[in-house]
Amino acid sequence: MNITVRYFALLRERMGRESEVLSWDDAEPTVGHLRGHLADRAPAHDAFLRGGTLLVAVNREYAAADTVLRDGDEVALFPPVTGG
Amino acid sequence: MEPLGDKARIQQGPFDAAAELERIKAASTRIGGVVLFVGVVRDFSQGHGVTKILFEHFPGMAEAKLSELREAAIGRFDLIDLVIVHRVGELAPGDDIVLIAAAAEHRAAAFDGCSWCIDELKKAVPIWKKEHAPDGAVWLEAHP
Repeated sequence: MNITVRYFALLRERMGRESEVLSWDDAEPTVGHLRGHLADRAPAHDAFLRGGTLLVAVNREYAAADTVLRDGDEVALFPPVTGG
Repeated sequence: MEPLGDKARIQQGPFDAAAELERIKAASTRIGGVVLFVGVVRDFSQGHGVTKILFEHFPGMAEAKLSELREAAIGRFDLIDLVIVHRVGELAPGDDIVLIAAAAEHRAAAFDGCSWCIDELKKAVPIWKKEHAPDGAVWLEAHP
């Protein structure tokens, strides 16, 4: 299955990209699995990717760590919002 | 100025607060009061000068969350109408950032609805600001 991951603001700058497509073999990966995978892959950003302040949206709705991902989902990762 | 658009929207260019006020007043003759909040770029933040602020948003999701926020506030405070406009891109001190116009039959609902709206916007709408100062630029981590 393929998951599109998008990054915004500080996280986009730290990851050095706006988005990427991850191919996944796991049968029912969750948001938590995805974050762990990304953190393992980029140890320099481990604390940020696993940290409690990071927000996650799946298909543009806020999602929790146990949200199950499906083929074609778009997962956005970003820091706490600071608009207004 | 950009033309008046959706009542919950994101735009790059300036908004016309007077025109938004006239439009919302025209929504209903039941309106007894409108509270208008305009957030503005300050030239000083957290102990240093600010030369400009870059606002970034998540296109699609930010508009959707603004629209949900508008509907929620109307229902919660029994507002007659509500306009929320947030600008993105590069803004300088003195520039307008955000406009909220809340119209109700009486002032209490208009004040409460407007206040709740800006508080919720700062928690839930995916927009981020990067402050530029003479000694560098930093993404804000928390919202004051």
